[in-house]
Amino acid sequence: MVLSAADKSNVKACWGKIGSHAGDYGTEALERTFCCFPTTKTYFHHFDLSHGSAQVKAHGQKVADALTQAVAHINDLPNALSALSDLHAYKLRVDPVNFKLLSHCLLVTLACHHPAEFTPAVHASLDKFFSAVSTVLTSKYR
Amino acid sequence: MMVNMSLATCLGNSSRALKVSDFPPAMVLSHRLLVVYPWTQRFFDNFGNLSSTSAIMGNPKVKAHGKKVLTSFGDAIKNMDNLKGAFAKLSELHCDKLHVDPENFRLLGNVLVIILASHFGKEFTPDMQAMWQKLVAGVATALAHKYH
Repeated sequence: MVLSAADKSNVKACWGKIGSHAGDYGTEALERTFCCFPTTKTYFHHFDLSHGSAQVKAHGQKVADALTQAVAHINDLPNALSALSDLHAYKLRVDPVNFKLLSHCLLVTLACHHPAEFTPAVHASLDKFFSAVSTVLTSKYR
Repeated sequence: MMVNMSLATCLGNSSRALKVSDFPPAMVLSHRLLVVYPWTQRFFDNFGNLSSTSAIMGNPKVKAHGKKVLTSFGDAIKNMDNLKGAFAKLSELHCDKLHVDPENFRLLGNVLVIILASHFGKEFTPDMQAMWQKLVAGVATALAHKYH
């Protein structure tokens, strides 16, 4: 699945509107993931996962910053995310199924906070974008 | 998958709040599925014009299908202690007559969750989402149960 020019434009516009809320949304998406899909917590057994946790907040910011970078380099995701791809392949080794779960919760978070912008076309573009990011992050797994 | 009483109460309350049968997002459930996951259109050849987003959004058969599906979810909430029983006939239909890959039930379930999120906004808390995720997963499993 390839990102069309319209997809890239939709993603950039949507992420631009999010602005400084990106970190909050990253955190909320993580909270939703842990809440809805408890198996995902196995990767964070060393974290305090209670509501309002500073560790989850920091990690949410990290995820958001990485996505902001990905949006800025949407024409060359493999290069832009190369270091993160190595990290996930060789160190973190998060099972690929979990990227879909986090991606879904990112979409839910955005739908909650920006319902008017979250048209079917934008929804589709974002879904494709998160899927593309996930593919890059798991590309070196084997 | 066991669906407990507090989930039943919460879903019952939220679906009453939704007035499921005339829920505006019911109008868009199938539309959104067909636009976001275009390959799902393969099951709707007899629905007429699905050639563009606007064609899909304006298609009355698509809207009617969305209402049917959402009514089924309403039934699911009333039968949460026996989803497999409640959906047995529909499961046979989807396998034997409609030939739908059960993965599509999961896609539809997630689209429903996203539509609820955009309708309820901040009220759609992580806990609320978790309950709906359990329900859509239960329905997807029940619909796949009679497959052979």
